[in-house]
Amino acid sequence: MTETSSSGLFTEVPSPFCGLGTDDLKIQADGTEIKVVENGCAVNTPAFEMPVTDIKPRVSGKKVSLKNAVAKAAEIMADSQLPLVAGLATDVEGMRASLSLADKTGAVIDQMNFNKALRNFLVVHDSGWMNTTLAEVKNRADLLVVVGFDLETLFPRFYDRFVWNADSMHLKNTASRKIVYLGKAPSGKASTSPNGDSPKVLPCSNEALPEVVAVLRALIDDKPLVVDDVGGIKMSDLQELAEQLKHANYGVVTWAAGALDYSQAELTVQTICEMVKDLNQHTRCSGLPLAGKEGDLTAYQVSCWQTGYPSRVNFSAGFPDYDPYLNSAESRLADGSADVLLWVSAFNTDRVPPLVDLPTVVVGRSGMKFEKEPDVFIPVGIPGIDHSGHAYRTDNVVAVRLSKLRDTALPSTADVLKAIEQAL
Amino acid sequence: MLIKLKGGTVYDPKHGVNGIVRDIFVRDGRVVGKSSGKVDKEYDLRGKVVMAGAIDMHTHIGGGKVNIARALIPEDHRADPFYRTELLRSGCGNAAPSTLTTGYRYAEMGYTAGFEPAVLPINARQAHMEMGDVPIIDKGGYVMLGSDDFLLRMMAAKKDQQAINDYVAWTIKSAQAIGIKVVNPGGISAFKFNQRQLDLDEQAPCFGVTPRDILKCLATAVHELGVPHPLHVHGCNLGVPGNKDTTLNTIQGIEGLPMHLTHVQFHSYGTEGDAKFSSGAAEIAEAVNANKNITVDVGQIMFGQTITASGDNMQQHANAGHANPKKWVCMDIECDAGCGVVPFKYKDKNFVNALQWAIGLETFLLIDDPWRVFLTTDHPNGAPFTTYPHLIKLLMDKSFRNDMLSTINPTAAAMTTLGSIDREYSLYEIATMTRAGAARLVGLSDRGHLGAGAAADITVYTPQDDKEKMFEKPDYVFKDGQLVVRDGAVVEVSWGTTHIVRPEFDNSIEKSLVKYFDRYLTMKMGNFKISDDEIREDGRGSLTVHPCGERRTA
Repeated sequence: MTETSSSGLFTEVPSPFCGLGTDDLKIQADGTEIKVVENGCAVNTPAFEMPVTDIKPRVSGKKVSLKNAVAKAAEIMADSQLPLVAGLATDVEGMRASLSLADKTGAVIDQMNFNKALRNFLVVHDSGWMNTTLAEVKNRADLLVVVGFDLETLFPRFYDRFVWNADSMHLKNTASRKIVYLGKAPSGKASTSPNGDSPKVLPCSNEALPEVVAVLRALIDDKPLVVDDVGGIKMSDLQELAEQLKHANYGVVTWAAGALDYSQAELTVQTICEMVKDLNQHTRCSGLPLAGKEGDLTAYQVSCWQTGYPSRVNFSAGFPDYDPYLNSAESRLADGSADVLLWVSAFNTDRVPPLVDLPTVVVGRSGMKFEKEPDVFIPVGIPGIDHSGHAYRTDNVVAVRLSKLRDTALPSTADVLKAIEQAL
Repeated sequence: MLIKLKGGTVYDPKHGVNGIVRDIFVRDGRVVGKSSGKVDKEYDLRGKVVMAGAIDMHTHIGGGKVNIARALIPEDHRADPFYRTELLRSGCGNAAPSTLTTGYRYAEMGYTAGFEPAVLPINARQAHMEMGDVPIIDKGGYVMLGSDDFLLRMMAAKKDQQAINDYVAWTIKSAQAIGIKVVNPGGISAFKFNQRQLDLDEQAPCFGVTPRDILKCLATAVHELGVPHPLHVHGCNLGVPGNKDTTLNTIQGIEGLPMHLTHVQFHSYGTEGDAKFSSGAAEIAEAVNANKNITVDVGQIMFGQTITASGDNMQQHANAGHANPKKWVCMDIECDAGCGVVPFKYKDKNFVNALQWAIGLETFLLIDDPWRVFLTTDHPNGAPFTTYPHLIKLLMDKSFRNDMLSTINPTAAAMTTLGSIDREYSLYEIATMTRAGAARLVGLSDRGHLGAGAAADITVYTPQDDKEKMFEKPDYVFKDGQLVVRDGAVVEVSWGTTHIVRPEFDNSIEKSLVKYFDRYLTMKMGNFKISDDEIREDGRGSLTVHPCGERRTA
């Protein structure tokens, strides 16, 4: 990021919101007002431009000083037998502070998107995968297979940045890349090539995906199958896709675990990943899991390096005890074992804490509206707008450097959580 | 504050001090000459062994592939929980320990620095963030080049060496590194073109350059830039039977330039015997002995569960069938490099594993000069770093070594010369290999020794016949003069510095880089570069810049 003189005009601004680590935004900061001047999208522009409202922390709905709010939060945490530190939508430094506090207070941690991410992590824990990153897609992918989601709605700039790019090191003509949708059809025209070629769509319902993907893998492995169609897709179409994958130089199969919203979707992810491995016996093919909203990947990374596990760790026995089911926020709240909720949500004002009847502390983005006022609300700045930091993008390899774009009185998540820990 | 370490038996190879009883004085974190000032704190070290803090010059402690390794094996962490104390954060240990546990356990063994050898430029930020969460020890990284499209394109376009030197130096600076590593030169790129092997003199697809060209080009760059650490080489054909010839060829091919061959055990295999797998350690050791420009670390394997994490996705993919448990991850990364993570369980009754164990030990024992061979398990690839005290015992105690030899796979035992090697490492040689030599190799002039002006990273042991017991639990460890470990347990948590170099370069290289980033990569060049603030701003991290030599020209 660079500021052009001190006019508040910033270029090459990276986004912590979109999951793609988009870093070509041009942003005008005027006082506390932010305007995306260039290269905005349906995800980034509203996320950057949402105005600052609350600056003052509140205790029981009354405005108080930050010091008093921190003291009250520490008192609530100190009284707890098993705090639940959840949400965890923050940057690297905020996550470090969350884990430190959770370790000290013997808390259970859970990230707000982990139900979705677990579909991928269960596969990593069980069999692994063969994946690629965005620059490899941009320069090598001659075939992109999109499984079960509407790519352009979730990641508006994906095609523009990584598929229909003008120049590529290892493809003669990016416009001749082949795109196939398996399952959900695209909602718009982003996947139509500059030549005007529309993607091939093999539509099926989400519920049919496990079967469809399993059949596709079987076809790739030359297993004989005697059916005419699967999930409404003609066998001949699936056979053609299998041949395309086998003959691509660098096929990429992408999915968004968050969109595979059905029971045991991890088995679909696993079939995709094993299919990719099978393809690599003869050609090159890679998976590309797409995610990266609300700091989720950042939280998993930091949790993994500090505890060994991506999320859902219980520190109450003095060591990180991982259980991806028992330690979900839902189950800890449902079974009554958690007696305090600390909710961290610095990116998205819509991601408010679950409605619970427990002492609740919210460390959240300014502008959050609550159905039930939490015991303590401490508005914090947004990483990459109000303070510097780091955030991971979808491929889990690249962390972007976030910078401060404006001055507000808002502290960072890390500042607040460190202060709470110190006040214990 | 003046500290006196009184009457210890000192091993300080940089100054030729071999078991001499003397006092050491420490003031403000540094070793000082004999001081007349008032001693504030005195430690009676009579009868104790005193060395500088140990330095692990090749250990995978931070960065993307390490975190993939952690995510891959939750069951391994579960078997080795690290409990929180009043002083220490909780975590997990064994094959892929958490960052916090990594720092504590290194310090508890008397180590005061560790260097991450496979920092991908595009992932350097993560490597530094993870290492930023490794307490007590100092750290640093070697940044990987050699399969990145930018370098291969430069070489294919026959850009002159000066321009390549500028790019190499720019990468070191941007990634905040202390050296350059090359992994399977050109091979990681070749794998992206569906090639499964790339021999030393085989042309890489698309670019028409050979691994030998790449090695020569990068070794020249490192040398001409005056970077103290020689090119750090993970060669071609890792793990492939017969690869000793590639390794010998690599040594010859570098034509006298300084070169460090890492985890050489994995590159010392012959093809003799019924199984077409044999030890090439004697030939490799002979070549190392004869070529003073060559240094090696061993990458010793130890029996038990571990996980292998490497930038060499070509070879990791080839070996994925051996995964135990059966799961693995391979990645192509950002036109920059790749990685492969495969869990392994080395078994003493398995012929190949047993012979690998013997080959590593032969390598240690047949290389004459402890200044040019370094003690590593390539953590965690050969074994977790926590096995170092056991490894030291194997090197120092012939009868123990032979006892172990008698328990391994008998066919392997019959094929190794290990039993006939009488050499036992001395304390002085261990201190050379793990302290003075390692510091010199990495380019740390003020570490790895106990002379006046050195950073007071000091480890104190009680001499014991059982060297494993001696080295696993030091009496005291001082980090920058501060007592951090007593009786093998952490008593104070400090935060080490990050060691880097900043060779000079012509910044006009950025003109072509900015275009390359905009056209082909997915991040702006300005955002790629890691600022000093990023390492310092948490209030714990710091950067220590070590000098480079004069820039040389051919």
